[in-house]
Amino acid sequence: MDRATVLEQLTEVAVDVLGVDPGIVSETSSFKDDLDADSLDLVEVVMALEERFSISVPEDKLDGITTVGEAIDLVIGIAEPSEPAESTNPA
Amino acid sequence: MGGRVALVTGASRGIGRAVAVALAADGHRVGVCFGSDAAAGAETCQSIESTGGEALAIQVDVSRPESVDAAFAQIEEAWGKVEVLVSNAGINRDGLVMRMGDAQWAEVLRTNLDGAFHAVRRATPGMVRARWGRIVLVGSVVALTGSPGQANYAAAKAGLIGLTRTVARELGSRGITVNLVAPGPITTAMTDALSDERKAQMTGQVPLGRFGTPEEVAAVVAFLCSDAAGYVSGAVLPVDGGMGMGH
Repeated sequence: MDRATVLEQLTEVAVDVLGVDPGIVSETSSFKDDLDADSLDLVEVVMALEERFSISVPEDKLDGITTVGEAIDLVIGIAEPSEPAESTNPA
Repeated sequence: MGGRVALVTGASRGIGRAVAVALAADGHRVGVCFGSDAAAGAETCQSIESTGGEALAIQVDVSRPESVDAAFAQIEEAWGKVEVLVSNAGINRDGLVMRMGDAQWAEVLRTNLDGAFHAVRRATPGMVRARWGRIVLVGSVVALTGSPGQANYAAAKAGLIGLTRTVARELGSRGITVNLVAPGPITTAMTDALSDERKAQMTGQVPLGRFGTPEEVAAVVAFLCSDAAGYVSGAVLPVDGGMGMGH
């Protein structure tokens, strides 16, 4: 699963759930500061991602996820457990 | 009014049946969930359908999350997401604390408290997405007064107040209201089982001097499920003839 695909999907989710302009979603976007997401919004984003990628995100993995890039790492890490999530976050 | 998709647990008789009928009368389509008595569940549906309403009887064991999930899935397939949830399913296994067994305690907590949690948890993602929802939990006056012989029942019903108010805070920003109705003594199969002496004693504690009817509880629940009740959330609303005044 490549990062671009996950970012594309996550952007769609952000537009749908958070009502943001797709142009402002990037790997470095902070959910809270840039996308104006509260804790409930994040839960909604996670649930939408779980649905789209047919994954299940454990609650304890959500701690420390603040940016879109970190969320992408998380999704890839869970979807492809054999390969450690690449830390190619171009921050 | 109405036109929403509603789900009522414990809807085969008593308060739950009256709630299902009242919601259908308001124009909602109603998932009539029953625990074991399929014939009674069908009766509730017939009662709704005889007046032109839409109902769907579904067997569910609220103490089991997978059973609750299946019931919601069935409603979703038929009508779409549940917008109105009334968690009413409840049992009692009365006995004095000194003689109350672990199973007796756990069984009541599992159905009356865990069951409400399972239903609320399953219902809320759809409501959050829709930015609208109505949740009503059916509690009891004994949650706050206590009731000899009902430690398990009263503890479970008291737990529902904390659940109600927490979810009301968690989801208020999404247009979802969560309230609890606290009935006093109501004429149902549960209270029919009481001795005449106990019934007379309870009646004596009610300023209105009588037991209530399931319909009187249902009317309040239906109001809380309506658009008109949009600014009521986290409330514990007594329907008890005044029995609990001062809570």
